[in-house]
Amino acid sequence: MAMAAAEIESLIRTGIPDAVVEISDLAGDGDHYAARVVAESFRGQSRLERQRRVYDALGGRMGGELHALQLSTAVPD
Amino acid sequence: MSEVKARIDEIVNADDVVLFMKGSALFPQCGFSSRAIAILDHLGVAYETVDVLQDAEIRQGIKAYSDWPTIPQLYVKGEFVGGSDIMMEMYEAGELQQLFEEKRVRAA
Repeated sequence: MAMAAAEIESLIRTGIPDAVVEISDLAGDGDHYAARVVAESFRGQSRLERQRRVYDALGGRMGGELHALQLSTAVPD
Repeated sequence: MSEVKARIDEIVNADDVVLFMKGSALFPQCGFSSRAIAILDHLGVAYETVDVLQDAEIRQGIKAYSDWPTIPQLYVKGEFVGGSDIMMEMYEAGELQQLFEEKRVRAA
């Protein structure tokens, strides 16, 4: 079962309130997404820690109903 | 579970660089695994792959082992590094090359 981009964005923003989230639907099929998540609260965290926070925000959907999400994380410039 | 953990311990410590992936290095079965292989090949390091599609126990076990929900997963000298997004970010920042040098990973 695929997820809507808006749902992905809303889950991430709920879990990481200071996040700015940009989602692109890579294949236009509602199943292959790229998300860029920028948050001040990522500062000082490793790439692993940042991605774990996003995965936690997605509440176990990652690797399940959400199988193809390309993720990049950053702190604001 | 502890038996799977012991198996995975053995696998990740048997080689310097181990990639758990879908498919083989020659025939990756998913875009993320394919990207991970492309990065490793480009950096020219020797690596082993484990095809999780051939082993249901490892496929589930590896996610618990690293507490990471997705595949591929890269291990260097027994330590979990990340998935293909992290590999790509590290590669672009020159950090993956640096990690391989620091850990004295041998060339392919």
